Amino acid sequence: MQRLGAEAEGRGLAEPRGYLPHTTGDLAVMLDKIGVPSIDTLFAQIPVEVRLTSGPAIGAALDEQGLARLIGAMASANAASDLVCFAGGGYYDRYLPAAQQALLARGEFVTAYTPYQPEVSQGTLQVTFEFQTMIAELCGLPTATAGLYDGSTALAEAAGMARAATGRPVVAYAPGLHPEWIEVLTTHGRGGGIVPLEQVAASAEIAAVIVQQPDYFGRVRDIGRLFRERPEGAIAIAAVDPATLGVLEAPGLLGADIVVGEGQSVGLPLGYGGPYLGFMAAAGPLLRRLPGRICGQTRDSAGRRAFVLTLQAREQHIRRARATSNVCTNEALCALAVTIYLSLLGPVGLRRLGELCFARAHYAAERLSAIPGVERVYPDDPFFAEFALRVGDAPAVIDALAARGYLVGPAVDRERLLVAVTEKRDRADIDGLAAALREVIAGA
Amino acid sequence: MPDAPEPLVFELSQPGRTALRLPEIDVPDAAVPAAHLPAATLRRDPPALPEVSELDVVRHYTRLSRKNHAIDTGVYPLGSCTMKYNPKINDALAALPGFAHLHPYSPDHLAQGVLHLLWELEQALCALTGMSAFSLQPAAGAHGELAGMLIAAQYHRVRGDSARRTVVVPTAAHGTNPASAAMAGFDVVEIPSGADGVDLDALRAHADATLAALMLTNPNTVGMFEARAAVAARIVHEAGGLLYYDGANLNAIVGRARPADMGFDICHLNLHKTFSTPHGMGGPGAGPVGVRADLARHLPGPRLRRFDRPGERAPRFAWEPAGPEGIGRVRALYGNFLVLVRAYAYIRACGGEGLRAVSGHAVLNANYLMELLRPILPPAYDRRCMHEFIADGRVLRPLGLRALDLCKALLDRGFHAPTMYFPLIVEEALMFEPTETESRQAIEALARAVADIMAEAARDAEAVREAPRHTPVGRVDEATAARRPVLRYTPR
Repeated sequence: MQRLGAEAEGRGLAEPRGYLPHTTGDLAVMLDKIGVPSIDTLFAQIPVEVRLTSGPAIGAALDEQGLARLIGAMASANAASDLVCFAGGGYYDRYLPAAQQALLARGEFVTAYTPYQPEVSQGTLQVTFEFQTMIAELCGLPTATAGLYDGSTALAEAAGMARAATGRPVVAYAPGLHPEWIEVLTTHGRGGGIVPLEQVAASAEIAAVIVQQPDYFGRVRDIGRLFRERPEGAIAIAAVDPATLGVLEAPGLLGADIVVGEGQSVGLPLGYGGPYLGFMAAAGPLLRRLPGRICGQTRDSAGRRAFVLTLQAREQHIRRARATSNVCTNEALCALAVTIYLSLLGPVGLRRLGELCFARAHYAAERLSAIPGVERVYPDDPFFAEFALRVGDAPAVIDALAARGYLVGPAVDRERLLVAVTEKRDRADIDGLAAALREVIAGA
Repeated sequence: MPDAPEPLVFELSQPGRTALRLPEIDVPDAAVPAAHLPAATLRRDPPALPEVSELDVVRHYTRLSRKNHAIDTGVYPLGSCTMKYNPKINDALAALPGFAHLHPYSPDHLAQGVLHLLWELEQALCALTGMSAFSLQPAAGAHGELAGMLIAAQYHRVRGDSARRTVVVPTAAHGTNPASAAMAGFDVVEIPSGADGVDLDALRAHADATLAALMLTNPNTVGMFEARAAVAARIVHEAGGLLYYDGANLNAIVGRARPADMGFDICHLNLHKTFSTPHGMGGPGAGPVGVRADLARHLPGPRLRRFDRPGERAPRFAWEPAGPEGIGRVRALYGNFLVLVRAYAYIRACGGEGLRAVSGHAVLNANYLMELLRPILPPAYDRRCMHEFIADGRVLRPLGLRALDLCKALLDRGFHAPTMYFPLIVEEALMFEPTETESRQAIEALARAVADIMAEAARDAEAVREAPRHTPVGRVDEATAARRPVLRYTPR
C-alpha cells in the first residue's frame, strides 16, 4: 500500500482496502464534498461511551491465498466427506449434473435479490413460476409457494396454517416422522400440542394430521388410508421426499390438503445441513393462508406476459403483526437448483431415478440383513430407498464402518441405524459395504 | 436479446425428449416398485415436468439469467438490503468437497473442520456484537428474529413472569419485527418513531409489568443512529423487559459500535447483508441469533462445545444437546452451513480493522450520494446519515409524478432502484444504500442518472411515467396478478 502522509492518515485515508475501491484521491474528493475532515467524523452521531476506537480483535486481514489456505485446511479436516456415503435420515448424497452446477454459478442469479422491481427481475420471477408449477405437479395440488427455509420449517408453517384455518390447537403426527422435525414443530407450536396420532384423545381438538412419506425409517405409508381415518375437520398434511414422486402417488390425489417437503434430495448438495429448501403446495381454500412469497403471471404495459410477486396482502411488509408468517426469503437460489434439476430429469428421469434407487436399496437390504447379527427393523413394511437395521451397538458400528471407508446412519438409537441408497451407490459400493459390515459385526 | 420473450420451460417440452443420463440398474433380480409397494401408493399419471434436452435447459436458464439485474451486472442501491459485492473466493471456498459433500449426520470426530469453522464464526460474531453466545441455526434474518422472540418468551416464562405478553415495535421497523413477535405468541404494540428514534413517552406508556421486549434497529430504518436508544434501553430494563437488536443495519456500525454495549440483550445478524454472502434472488441467507451471557441457556440446540484437553495439540469440538431451558430447535440440523462458510471467509478476509473500514466507507458513500443528490432530490431528514438515507420523493409531485416513476426510470438507465415506500412513516420515500463496494465513479454515475431523470421529468413527465422502456418487460400489472391469481402454468 502506498505510504501516506500524516495528514491523510488523520483523515482516515490510510485504512485497509479489502474489497473497498476508493483511492486516496477519491476519499479526499468525497470528504470535501460532504464537508467533513475525516471518515471518523461521520460517526459522531454514535455516543462516545459506546463508540469503539479500534477494530474488534478478530485477526488481521488475510490476502486471498492466505484465506484459501486457512479455510481449505478446515475443509480438509472433515474425513467423513471422503467416505462412500450410505447415510440418510432425510438428507441424501445425490449426483448433481454439471449443466446444473454451471447454470447455478451465474452471477445474474447468485447476486440478485428479491424481485422487488419486476421489470429487471423477470429471470428470477419466471424461474419461480416454473418452480411453483413443478412443485404443484409433483404434489398434485393446485398451488405451490415460491419456497421456504427447509423441510422442517415448511412443516412448522403448515402446522401453523392448519391451526389458523381450523381454530384448533393440537397437531397430530403419524409414527415415523423425523425426530428433528418433531422438535421444530414443538418449538414453533407456541404451546399448542404436538402429539403422536395414537395418543389423540379429543379428536375435535385436532387441527391437522401429519404423515411423512416415505417416513424417517424409509417406509412407504398408505397415506390415503391414514388421511381417510383422520379426525373430522382436521387438515391432512403430507411431508414428502420429492425424489420419490416419480414413482409414488401425488399426495394431493390421496387426500392431502397441504404437502410440504425438503428439496435437498432434488438438486442440492449435502453441505453439512444447508442451505436447503422447504417447499409447500396447498389446496385452493388455503390459498390466502400460505406463508412467504408467491409469484403470479400477469401482463406488462405492452400486453406481454410477465411475472410478479403477488397476493402480498398476506405478507409481513404489508400486514405486519397480522401476516400469515414472518417468512420473506424463499431460498430462491435453491429453488432454481431444484427447477433446473427437475428440468434435466423430466418425468421419465424422475421415475427412473426412483426405480434405480429402489432396486439398489432392496438389493442392499437383502445383502446387509443376510449378515448374522444384522436384521431389518421393519422386515414386513414396504420401503423405498432407505431402511433401518438393528446392528447391536449402532454408534460403534457407524465408527467402525467409517474406519473402513463407509458412512452410514444416523443412529436411530443405541441399537438401530439407517442406511440409504442413492443413484451414486452402485453394486460394487453395496457389496463393499456388506463385506465391511460383516467384518465389523464379526469382530464385535 | 435479453428483451426477447422467453417461453416457459414447459413450452419448450417435446414428448419423449430427455436430458437424462442416469446409470443403468446394475443389481441382480432388481426389485420394482409395483411388485413391492401397495398399488394405492403408486403414481398413476406422471408429473407434467418438462421434456427437454440438456442444451434446451442450458440456453433457457442462461437467457433467463440475462433478464435479471444483479450486483454482478450493475449498481444496486436498494436501501435496507446492503447489496455489496459478494467476493467470488467465498463461493469457491464453500464449494470445496470437504464442505459441500459432507453429510450432516457425519460423526463429530470426522467433521472437526466444519465444527472448528462454526466455533470460530460464533466467536467472531460475539466479538463484533459484544454478545456472549450465538446460535448459527436460524436460516434467515426473520428466522433469527423469531428465535430471539422465543428466547425472550422463554426468559420470562422461566422467571415465572408470565404476564409479560407485550412486544413494542416502532412504526418505522421492518415488517418482520411485528410478524416475528406475533409468531412467538406476543401481543404487538407499535409506537411512533421518527428520525430521532422511538417516541419515548409512548414507550414509557408501555413500560410496565406486561412489557416483554422492545425491538429496535440501530441505525434505524431512516438511516440515523438513534442516540436515544440508550434512554430506551434504560426504560425497558427498569420495567423488566428485554431489548432486541434487529441487525439489518449492522453494516453502518460494524467495528465501530456493538449492540451489547448499547444495552441490547438479544440480536440477530443478517449474514447476507453485512457479511457479504450472496442474496441469491431472495435466499439463502443466514440469521444467527446472539444473546447476553445469562440468556445463553435459552438458545436453540444443539450447542457447539469446545474441549481443550491437556496434552492434545488441537481443541476438539462436539455438538451437545441444549439444556432444559433452551427454546428447542428452530430448524433441522445446524443452519445454512455453506452460507456460514462464506461469512466466515469474508470476516477473515477483512480482519478487524478492515471491517471498521467497511462501515466507514459505507457511511462515506451514503453521505456522498446524499450530497450529490441534494440539489435535485433532497434528503427527507437534513442531517448526516449512516449507511443509507431517505430521499424525499415528494419533489416529484408538482410534475405529476411519484417515487415509483423515478425508480422505473432508473431501471432504464441500467441502475437498480432504491427501496421505495419504506419505511412507512415517510411519504414517497426513496431509500438509497450504495454500500462500501461502489466506487466514487459509480456513485457519481448514479447521481447523474437521477439528475437526468429529473431533467426529463421537468421537460416531459409523460416519458418518465412510461418508463421503463428498455427493460425485458415494461411496467407490470400487479393489480390483475393479485385479483385473478395465475400461480402455475397450465397447458392449453
